[in-house]
Amino acid sequence: MTVSAPTENEPKAEITASPEQLKAERPSRRTLFDFIKQQPLGTIGFLIIVILFISAIFAPDVAPYDPEEVDFMASPALGGGAPGPEHLLGGDAFGRDILSRLIFGARTALSIGFFSAFIGCSIGAIIGIVSAFAGGKVDILVQRGIDLLLSFPIIILAILVIAIVPKNVVFGIDINVIIAISIPFIPKCARVIRSAALSIVTLAYVDAAKAAGYRGSRIVFRHILPNVVAPYLILITAYIGQAILLEASLSFLGLGVVEPTPSWGLMLAGVNSDYYITAPWMIVFPGLAVTLAVFAFNLLGDSLRDWLDPKLKL
Amino acid sequence: MLRYTAQRLLLVIPTLIAVAILVFFLVRVLPGDPVEVKLIGEFGDVNPELIYKERKRLGLEDPLHIQFVNFMVGLPQGDMGISLVTERPLTEEIGARITISIELAFFATLLSVIIAFPLGTAAALYRGTWFDYVIRIITIGGLAVPSFWFGMLIIMALLATVGKLPSLDTAGLFEDPMANLYTLFWPALSVGYRYSSVIARMLRSSILEVLAEDYIRTARAKGLYERIVIVKHGMRNALLPTVTVVGLEFAFLIGGLVVTEQVFNINGIGKMFVEAVQFNDMTMLQGLVLIVATSFVLINLLVDLLYAALDPRIRYQA
Repeated sequence: MTVSAPTENEPKAEITASPEQLKAERPSRRTLFDFIKQQPLGTIGFLIIVILFISAIFAPDVAPYDPEEVDFMASPALGGGAPGPEHLLGGDAFGRDILSRLIFGARTALSIGFFSAFIGCSIGAIIGIVSAFAGGKVDILVQRGIDLLLSFPIIILAILVIAIVPKNVVFGIDINVIIAISIPFIPKCARVIRSAALSIVTLAYVDAAKAAGYRGSRIVFRHILPNVVAPYLILITAYIGQAILLEASLSFLGLGVVEPTPSWGLMLAGVNSDYYITAPWMIVFPGLAVTLAVFAFNLLGDSLRDWLDPKLKL
Repeated sequence: MLRYTAQRLLLVIPTLIAVAILVFFLVRVLPGDPVEVKLIGEFGDVNPELIYKERKRLGLEDPLHIQFVNFMVGLPQGDMGISLVTERPLTEEIGARITISIELAFFATLLSVIIAFPLGTAAALYRGTWFDYVIRIITIGGLAVPSFWFGMLIIMALLATVGKLPSLDTAGLFEDPMANLYTLFWPALSVGYRYSSVIARMLRSSILEVLAEDYIRTARAKGLYERIVIVKHGMRNALLPTVTVVGLEFAFLIGGLVVTEQVFNINGIGKMFVEAVQFNDMTMLQGLVLIVATSFVLINLLVDLLYAALDPRIRYQA
């Protein structure tokens, strides 16, 4: 298909604004500094996340003890383990240092949280864009499939996948847990990204690109993709928090990460009912860690949404 | 409305059939042979012949399409097969434990709505004050706190103050309602905290959105009492998105039951679900997932119908 050049008779767009005016009207580039100024709560969330990341990366240097080092003298079973100068947050049933286990547990939580949100949202985004761009029967079929997957509550679907996918640990990361957590995110992301992509597909410039004979892949990469980046980033941030919560729940149920890998949920699973009164620190601190991490990602996700795409409904 | 209801009902049937098909095939790819696991658990080492005989007896050696037809034919008659572990009919097994979960789910929903409505409304009406900030912190916390940890904190507080936990084998709801509700109050609060936070946040933002509308200004300009402006003109419209959230979050609640029942040691279907995975009870898992997914689809249907009843535009569009 060829596109003819505009002839003399066709109306031309008139440029009425001066270059200075155009420059003044162009939205200013938004920097990290603007984000800090406009979104103080999001900045707090971001700072907490940075601290968590740093402690996860440098865990061996930051943690006061080896997370697997057993010291029975610091076990509540023998009357010890209370938080003090030796063990700042106390010791667990085996006398292992809780602070060190929390710091190493951040590795598990963040890696599983990040990878599952990334994989789930990316597959969901691809499905959403393809569905929106293809339209017609493909769209209907994909949407029914998404409806089907959405009829399973997240944790039920995750547990079902855990039961199906064999246990597989690579570089200390539980791949099966990541797969189980990312699958429930796929239909949710696909739905949001599809609606974002759909609003672009119907715009005149996409029609123009189609009329100009450009290939589908070029239209998707040049016109649709840049417009769904904002909701995609917001979704990933929000789902990292969800994924951390889900990992903690699965590990608590004994279906997620297994010993000796330090995991916040697993630390709560090992709490014997006797310790509710004698060693409350074993319950309070791991739960606080999960709450703080999820809270930080929620704050950042909310603020990113307000900053990048205030109209987006998640 | 009748037409809309019929349309929505017709859409539900293929979804339910698809859910049943998906669940059937999903549990069949479970690794490991549940029969082998069971026999080894009972007798230690077992020979392959015995495993084959047992599988044959349980119908697991039938071709997949025969198993599938049996499953799909049994479903409408309320026959979900037998548990591979206890060999009792699933309807009996699940029936014995589902009541407490349903009761807990509804109690938690009721509790969440009772907590969320005054909180959400107050936060919207006193926007920007310290009252609003306190409510916002409570509700943001609700989204971040794991429900099982919140349950553990409740148990800790109860043990520290009262010295014991409410006994879980009290009388049924109809025999001694007060004792029964007291028993379920704490688990319901534990699982409902997140639920109430989501509802309160939604209610707050939709009330704020509605109160900024022109017709609210008109109502005020007419000299109506503020109470009437808020309740009749504001709340009524703000309820629409809130109803959707109540329905959608019900799914989270079912998920929350899985962990909360574990924490409070309640013998409901949430705990049963985890046991089915641990014991590799394929048919039990199939039955439970099917029940949860079906109830979720039906609740969504109910929400859609309620939404259409509240907002005539929805049913005219359909």
